[in-house]
Amino acid sequence: MFLGIDYTTWWFLVFGAVITGYAILDGFDLGAGALHLFLKKEESRRIALNAIGPVWDGNEVWLVIGGGALFAGFPIAYAAIFSAFYVPFMIFIVGLIYRAVAIEFRSKETGKWWRASWDFIYFFACTTVTLSLGLMLGNIALGIPLDVNREFAGNWLDFFNPFSLLVAVTTLALFMMHGAIFLTMKTENRLFAKLTLLAKNFTIFFVISFTLTTLYTLLYVPHLSDQIRSKPVLFFLPMIMVLAVANIPRQLTKGHYRAAFISSAVTIATLLLTVAIEVFPYLVYSPNNPANSVTITNGAASSKTMELLLLIALIGTPLVGLYTAFVFWTFKGKVKLDDMSY
Amino acid sequence: MDTEILARIQFAFTVSFHYIYPPMSIGLGLIIVIMEGLYLRSGNKIYEQMTRFWIRIFALIFGIGVATGIVMEFEFGTNWATYSKYVGDIFGSALAAEGIFAFALESGFLGILLFGWNRVSPKVHFFSTLMVWLGSMFSAVWIVVANSWQQTPAGYHIVGEGMNARAEITDFWAMVFNPSSIDRLSHVWIGSFLAGAFLVMSVNAWYILKKRHLEIAKPSFKIALVIAIAASLAQLFTGHQSAEGVANNQPAKLAALEGHFDSLAVADMYLLGWVDKEQQKVSGLGIPGGLSFLIHQDFVTPVRGLNSFPVNERPSQVNAVFQFYHLMVAIGMLLILLSIIAAWMWRKGRLFETQWLMKAFVWAVILPQIANQAGWFAAEMGRQPWVVYGLLRTSDAFSRTVTANQVLFSLILFTLVYLVLLVLFLYLLTQKIQHGPDVHGHSEDSSVHSRRENPLMSKK
Repeated sequence: MFLGIDYTTWWFLVFGAVITGYAILDGFDLGAGALHLFLKKEESRRIALNAIGPVWDGNEVWLVIGGGALFAGFPIAYAAIFSAFYVPFMIFIVGLIYRAVAIEFRSKETGKWWRASWDFIYFFACTTVTLSLGLMLGNIALGIPLDVNREFAGNWLDFFNPFSLLVAVTTLALFMMHGAIFLTMKTENRLFAKLTLLAKNFTIFFVISFTLTTLYTLLYVPHLSDQIRSKPVLFFLPMIMVLAVANIPRQLTKGHYRAAFISSAVTIATLLLTVAIEVFPYLVYSPNNPANSVTITNGAASSKTMELLLLIALIGTPLVGLYTAFVFWTFKGKVKLDDMSY
Repeated sequence: MDTEILARIQFAFTVSFHYIYPPMSIGLGLIIVIMEGLYLRSGNKIYEQMTRFWIRIFALIFGIGVATGIVMEFEFGTNWATYSKYVGDIFGSALAAEGIFAFALESGFLGILLFGWNRVSPKVHFFSTLMVWLGSMFSAVWIVVANSWQQTPAGYHIVGEGMNARAEITDFWAMVFNPSSIDRLSHVWIGSFLAGAFLVMSVNAWYILKKRHLEIAKPSFKIALVIAIAASLAQLFTGHQSAEGVANNQPAKLAALEGHFDSLAVADMYLLGWVDKEQQKVSGLGIPGGLSFLIHQDFVTPVRGLNSFPVNERPSQVNAVFQFYHLMVAIGMLLILLSIIAAWMWRKGRLFETQWLMKAFVWAVILPQIANQAGWFAAEMGRQPWVVYGLLRTSDAFSRTVTANQVLFSLILFTLVYLVLLVLFLYLLTQKIQHGPDVHGHSEDSSVHSRRENPLMSKK
């Protein structure tokens, strides 16, 4: 216990924070990749790539830390989730590999065909990664059928249900908006103007798909709004999110692209927080037989490990924060292409 | 084929492919740290050029290492769900520590290493290089600790029974410093230095043969050679330590390494040979009683053989374990030989004029790679049929809910993806090597001492 909250709940908060960090950080990389083909000129594409060039790898590490955090703190959930999501996860992973190599390899040759191919692979990889991420998030929110051993007891084709597909599309819209806003901080002149327009359009795309998803949730997945219904005080979460989204076009129009970026980061954070609150205390909810669900208690590692993990996080997080800030500070401002650029 | 064997093939394939890259990153990282350190101290442009050239190669290797490494982290969950539940308490904390202390460090500073040349001062850049290298060293620490725990579990107790049994930590430091951690970590580190050193020597030997970039190639070769000499000799020591550890902690593996079956017999040590499992006999060339000497310091005391273990508690692929192990040892000896000849020629001042030696070094890049892979194959196959030695069987550890077809699908997917990656990697590596180091074209600045455009420096 610490501050009246037990260690497993603390670790759930840490895990949630890491996943949120991943979504905010790699979200703009993936979004920038998903909108890559909207940029037509070679120079624009290079600037977009170099905007994320120095940071995407560090951002991806948040996923690695998140995976480790789940494995260590909630091994039962880790085992259940990844063996259940076998096929979508393999596609996700292959997408991540191709994203990485596309960024790395594209610049190594100047041929038109070479670059066009990598541009397409890059776009396709980022889109696939984002969609599969959203699909898995949707299914976690919805619940996954588990057997008594807390292992997957369903058919993977059922992952492609309307709710999860809607969440997938919403995630894509969200990341594209987020990525476009990030790029406005990194670009100048005509490219900047184009990205501002794209950012506004993707905001509309996001608002539409998010509204549809919300309506669908209220009509067909009522258990995902139980918590908010029962505790009206939690209404402030969707309120903050709506205000944050509304703030984006306003800040973009005013030219405050950094404020717009913070708004879209807040949007991502509140969205994930809402999902976390609705799902809590389940890590994997089993709709066919709730008794088989993995909760933060029955899925947790030993209390000894929990203490250890919190200690590791306590030492590690300030360090990571420190040098992440240093790297972002080093590469702040508009992208300038030089001889070390992609 | 069933899910278990497919999952094993997939894990072996993906981890082997991954392991081509991290050792090169670790070894090359060390060499880049030295090169940049020399540049920082002397301001000599030659060192700057070699640093920048190898950073470009490093970027390529590191990129594929990261991309293929993420697969490994999640493959425990996707394909080895029972194993994940069993070891999560232990393996998970090592993996979490790896993520936060090692990966975040190397990936964070990688951006500055690759793109920060004109944005930060030379000292800050050198610091970033150092951090990336240290990050890669740390990542080896945690992953080897986790794997060593699978070989020699310590600092745990078992909770629950049957399918719900799992290991829980009782003593973190006993888990980290389990009996094989230190021996195996040093062996892995030095194997990585060899992979890096022989890569640098190979490329530079090729330049020297082609008479290109000689002013950069020769000093680069020498830097790598110094590492190679020290590392190849040190590997003899850590290898010996590891073998002793195996003798003490994993007697069944030791017996398989030398194909020793009969517990009442003196055990031989082979240079090369072939294990006939049916006849329980090794035919080959070796030192009679060599293994007995290694363990008991005399040539007459018998060593516990495979026959003293129940059939389901000893590795079945004895010949494969034997061959991988001996391949690793033989290459280790070859690397020492090559390094010593090179050192001798260097002393006599004929290092770069000895054509056959330079040719040998061009090809020798493959040797540490094979040795690293073979060593891991011997270690992991020798641990069978256990995934956690003495505690959890491989046949109990895989994901029961994943079908054989799903694994086949992902195995085919990985095979195709990795094939493309390997071809692209080799192609781009060749391109970069062909292109060579940039001798910077800022013609007005042809002095020996380079001054970089540097906002932080020029403020002064």
